[in-house]
Amino acid sequence: MNRTPVKEQGRGKERRRSTAKKLKPGTATGNVFGSTNSSQPQFHPCLLLDMCHYFKQPLCPCLSSEQESSEDGDKEGEGEDEEVEEEEEEVEKEVRPETLTPEELEKLKEAVDDKKKLIQALRGKPWPMKKKHSTLRESQEFLEKYEGALGKGKGRKLYAYKVMMNKKWMKFKRDFENFTTACIPWEMKIKEIESHFGSSVASYFIFLRWMYGINMILFDNIGTVPRAEETNAMDFAVLWDFGGYAQYSVLFYGYYNSQRAIGWLKFRMPLSYFLVGVGTVAYSYMVVIRKMARNANETGGGDENSFNFSWKTFTSWDYLIGNPETADNKFASITTSFKEAILEEQESRKDDNIHLTRFLRVLANFLVLCCLAGSGYLIYFVVRRSQKFALEGFENHTWWERNEVNMVMSLLGMFCPMLFDVISALENYHPRVALQWQLGRIFALFLGNLYTFIIALMDEINLKRKEEDVVQFNMTMWEASLHNNTADNSTAPPLFTHPADVPRGPCWETMVGQEFVRLIISDTMTTYITLLIGDFLRAVLVRFLNYCWCWDLEAGFPSYSEFDVSGNVLGLIFNQGMIWMGAFYAPCLPALNVLRLHVSMYLQCWAVMCCNVPQERVFKASGSNNFYMAMLLVILFLSTLPAIYTIVTIPPSFDCGPFSGKARMFDVIQETLESDFPAWISKVFSYAANPGLVLPFMLLMVLAIYYLQSTSKSYKEANVELKKKLQMVN
Amino acid sequence: MGNKQTIFTDEQLDAYQDCTFFTRKEILRLHGRYHELAPHLVPMDYTKEPDCKLPLALIVAMPELNENPFRNRIVESFSEDGLGNQSFNDFVDMFSVLSEMAPRELKAIFAFKIYDFNVDNFLCKEDLEQTLNRLTKEELTEEEVQLVCEKAIEEADLDGDHKLSFADFENMITRAPDFLSTFHIRI
Repeated sequence: MNRTPVKEQGRGKERRRSTAKKLKPGTATGNVFGSTNSSQPQFHPCLLLDMCHYFKQPLCPCLSSEQESSEDGDKEGEGEDEEVEEEEEEVEKEVRPETLTPEELEKLKEAVDDKKKLIQALRGKPWPMKKKHSTLRESQEFLEKYEGALGKGKGRKLYAYKVMMNKKWMKFKRDFENFTTACIPWEMKIKEIESHFGSSVASYFIFLRWMYGINMILFDNIGTVPRAEETNAMDFAVLWDFGGYAQYSVLFYGYYNSQRAIGWLKFRMPLSYFLVGVGTVAYSYMVVIRKMARNANETGGGDENSFNFSWKTFTSWDYLIGNPETADNKFASITTSFKEAILEEQESRKDDNIHLTRFLRVLANFLVLCCLAGSGYLIYFVVRRSQKFALEGFENHTWWERNEVNMVMSLLGMFCPMLFDVISALENYHPRVALQWQLGRIFALFLGNLYTFIIALMDEINLKRKEEDVVQFNMTMWEASLHNNTADNSTAPPLFTHPADVPRGPCWETMVGQEFVRLIISDTMTTYITLLIGDFLRAVLVRFLNYCWCWDLEAGFPSYSEFDVSGNVLGLIFNQGMIWMGAFYAPCLPALNVLRLHVSMYLQCWAVMCCNVPQERVFKASGSNNFYMAMLLVILFLSTLPAIYTIVTIPPSFDCGPFSGKARMFDVIQETLESDFPAWISKVFSYAANPGLVLPFMLLMVLAIYYLQSTSKSYKEANVELKKKLQMVN
Repeated sequence: MGNKQTIFTDEQLDAYQDCTFFTRKEILRLHGRYHELAPHLVPMDYTKEPDCKLPLALIVAMPELNENPFRNRIVESFSEDGLGNQSFNDFVDMFSVLSEMAPRELKAIFAFKIYDFNVDNFLCKEDLEQTLNRLTKEELTEEEVQLVCEKAIEEADLDGDHKLSFADFENMITRAPDFLSTFHIRI
């Protein structure tokens, strides 16, 4: 009979000693495996023996000293694997739980829990499949045998119930996982792109898919605000101007009326609208920050430069590549990257002419600033002009003049980055640094444009509000005239006017929503048209003109275009920023965005496979995966600022939207607190909002941040010290 | 869920789901891929757990592995005999470790095995030289190769024995931001 040694740990030895005390001396027999002595107490070898088999704490006191000494010689140092090797023999003995002492019951429970944990962790073990299967089988048999036994004691019904619920839960979780992975869209498309273009291009599409998921959830959130029954504007026709019916449709803010409670649900429309808005913003923040935290965890906070060559050697090959052409490209780019790194390592960075470089860089930055200022002014000018057109009536102007603002913004967004690219040739930076500068400038461009647009919009809002005052004045006159008329007939029926006849006040919120929707649509159109012309047409020309052209179009200028990952990711981020900005005033925006992302996915997947070639040199903007997430967070913050500003300062229109008639939009919270909640809650809130409480709280938070920052710094330093010590010791 | 398939018993599928990062559908799809590598050798009925192994040459011909410079080492690391003859279990194991859901530590263990060409549980200079030559298709000169290998060992070696043990390798690779995204095969 084979005796496979039982691995043991120091802890086990102590345990064994302690249990040995409990049993009578002289109960130990020499042979653990198989020999039974009928004079033994019934449970003694069976239960504890089984537990010896299965994990590292040999509890069986009948392990003899000879066993012990043979084990010491057999100790192996296997790093990650601490589990006990499976035994073949199992001693079949009846388990009578009544004969178990509480201590042994405890140990049995521990053993059962350990088994469960082992089954959970089985996937992550680096064992061959056969070993995993057999471990699984044995653990499951163990659980079946002893879980039932445990339940036979006190509270067995509850225990058995718990076990059954647990099993059902596991099965449900597994089925749910199966279902959700089947639901993830576009998996095969992304795989194709990965194999042709590598992981960096594919990361854009994975990001797009993630955004799509977020927008779906935002859309669902907003869709739950119930549509009121009177749908006199049910026409969802999307007219380019978004005037007419659509203006009053559920797409826009103006539709939702300010009734406090709708129908038998007593649904608080204004409050729910407000809360949905706040909720979507909070959800977006949470999702972005959670993803950042997860990325940061995975990266493990490494220092970028200390493993330069090792990382290049072991992580530069992209295992996703399946296309020979891409593979060749990758080999070439890896070689170039190594040569560059070697060059940098060998020579110290000597600038031939540091003054010239500095001067050129300053010049480049100056030019870029001029560019940004110019584009900002252009947008402002165009928005003013469109206001003039609006006063004169839109019908008199051409299509271009009506949509000037959006077109100009989109074109600027298209051409300025190219200009920046050209200017950056002056600067002579390392490609990664140049990419960072480029991204920073595009960021500033988009931000500047967006904020100029919003400021111009503010002017329009003020205009609308003046108009409102006029209309309000007119309305009182009109009502007064009606009263005068009916005052003559004493038996007149109560005042009745058809709702459509009532003059409606201008709704600045809807106007803002309309502007945003128009902006997003024109932005989308521009992107698609650029895609078609810039990529597709170019590819077609290169391909077919190559036969009759003097130089090789494919190798030289213009050749096929490369997929610009960072530019596209930035575009996606800014698009999302605009959605967040406008979502409060046009609740349809996330829905529109879902549609847009859906179409984008298919169009760009097709375009990338059909017209683009893999990039020759791949530079990531930053080593950290959180770079784009951080930008998304900044945009989210900057997008919510204007909405918050308008909520807090500008009074809502008197005639439209859920907040009509109030002095400020957030008054709705005050009202709800006063009227719907018991008195003590509003007292609590008024105490909490007291500046005397808020200021010390903020101070406390600042101090906490400072403290956490300094501890994290000290941990980093301790890390470096330990590393040095480790190297010195050896 | 509920489709009657006769390739595996339900217990087998559950066991595979517990032991890998794949769902039921993915396991069946993997079997399909394994089968189409050698339709005459691989039985469609795996309920009796047939002992069928496919040679290295067939597996590295898969489009997912064909362009990979380390394809031989990958298949060898996941085979029982170390020569690249894979049973279906090994096949599933390989793609499970290389899948998106596998944790960093597990991937690090097998990455170490893959790059260890002489299978001595250390990444010595020769291993690194071979890795580098495969990565650059021998475009680098001899001095450049030597320089890179020396620098890499210098950076990652913590215990000073001029070769990388698993602990050194793991310490270095778990900090790499690209590791998870590049050490990934989608099947």
